[in-house]
Amino acid sequence: MGTAQPFFEWSYVSGQWSQISADLLQHIALSLLALAIGLLVSIPLALLAWHYRIVRVPVFGFASTLYIIPSLALFAILGPITGYVASYPTAEIALVGYTLLILIYNTVAGLNAVPADVKEAAGAMGYSPSSSLVRVELPLALPYVFAGLRVAAATVIGLVTVTALIGLGGLGQQITYGFNIGFYTPIIVGLVLSVLLAAVCDLLIVAVQRFAVPWSRSGRKARAI
Amino acid sequence: MASVAGWFTTAANWRGSSGIPELLWRQTELSVAVVLGALFIGGGIGLVLGHKGRGGLVAVNAANAARAVPSLALLTLFAILPAISLKWGGFLAAFLALVILAIPPILTNTYVGMREVDADVRDAAKAMGLTGGQMLLHVELPLAIPFIMAGVRTASIEVVATSTLAAYVSYSDLGTPIISGLNTNDTVEAFCGAILVAVLAAIVALGLGVVQRALTPAPLRRRAPTGPGNSRRFGAIAAP
Repeated sequence: MGTAQPFFEWSYVSGQWSQISADLLQHIALSLLALAIGLLVSIPLALLAWHYRIVRVPVFGFASTLYIIPSLALFAILGPITGYVASYPTAEIALVGYTLLILIYNTVAGLNAVPADVKEAAGAMGYSPSSSLVRVELPLALPYVFAGLRVAAATVIGLVTVTALIGLGGLGQQITYGFNIGFYTPIIVGLVLSVLLAAVCDLLIVAVQRFAVPWSRSGRKARAI
Repeated sequence: MASVAGWFTTAANWRGSSGIPELLWRQTELSVAVVLGALFIGGGIGLVLGHKGRGGLVAVNAANAARAVPSLALLTLFAILPAISLKWGGFLAAFLALVILAIPPILTNTYVGMREVDADVRDAAKAMGLTGGQMLLHVELPLAIPFIMAGVRTASIEVVATSTLAAYVSYSDLGTPIISGLNTNDTVEAFCGAILVAVLAAIVALGLGVVQRALTPAPLRRRAPTGPGNSRRFGAIAAP
């Protein structure tokens, strides 16, 4: 590698496209799996924490602990537990761990924001407390859940690159490859594609939200007045 | 478990330039410098924009976009840029990458904290004859401190976590035993390093939580911001 290395070489992108696209696909797979499992785990936990006060402290304590432990450390701690550090379970458990606090916190905040008269109306119409929670209050909390999902998605897509240090990594593999041979281009490819992926994912979540929660925008305006 | 205890009681792991105290000191030094630098830049921009009440949405959205940049990419890029890579024994490369990571949460929270100041309070301050600068320093800043501290806490947790990645590129700290353990398949070394880092992160998170509470005037404590990166407000701002 000469001293006057150009900052970006397009020939690398065209020459290595099959490897780059494979890394991109792995990045998408790792991220989507973590977000899907994160939602499946955190919404029931949030409902439990909201419904039963006694569960709230342990649920938030558990999620906060996972959130605070640095990702690299979490991989190394999970390694002996899952049996093998460089594995999908190790990476996914850690990635899901980071989504939990964000998603639970936002879901509980959304449930907290449901107006009291809505709950009273649901009760008067014959909903039991738990069916009101799932069928009336949770749908009304969805704008908050979506806000949390956007933060969680951005966090997970960024964190997936770190799994390159345990042999996975998606686009993180481009980054470690570029670093190991002192070559800027793969690092920039990894950086730019990862940011683009986060942006596309964010737009998709917003689109799904508009479709799934059509009242959320007009509702916000109405509240602002 | 016995091997974990063995690692922690091995004298060689506590002495010299790769001993635990030295690595802990290096990580603390780097993290403190980064958070102060980010507070200076992000907090400064947030205060000025929040005071003027203009350009904030652009700055907050730019800060949110910067959140998506993978820290590993910045660390590795700075670590191989000849102009930066060798400065101060790898400190500068790690410092710059981590400052870019730490600015967004501090800037966003400072701006939100400034905008949360009641309009009536501003009017009262103006009616009492305070100049713009006096209002910023003596009225808005004290009221925004709970939010600023929430941003500092979020940024500090992220910085401590990410500074372990600096061990991969240029700067040895408590991430070093983890990286070297992962590289040599020494799960005991990686595990022990990870425990140290997790304990440090927990101390930082809990300690700054206490500081945040202490700096919040008692009447404001109930509505003080909590949670990861103040994400509810972040979400609300990011989706206007």
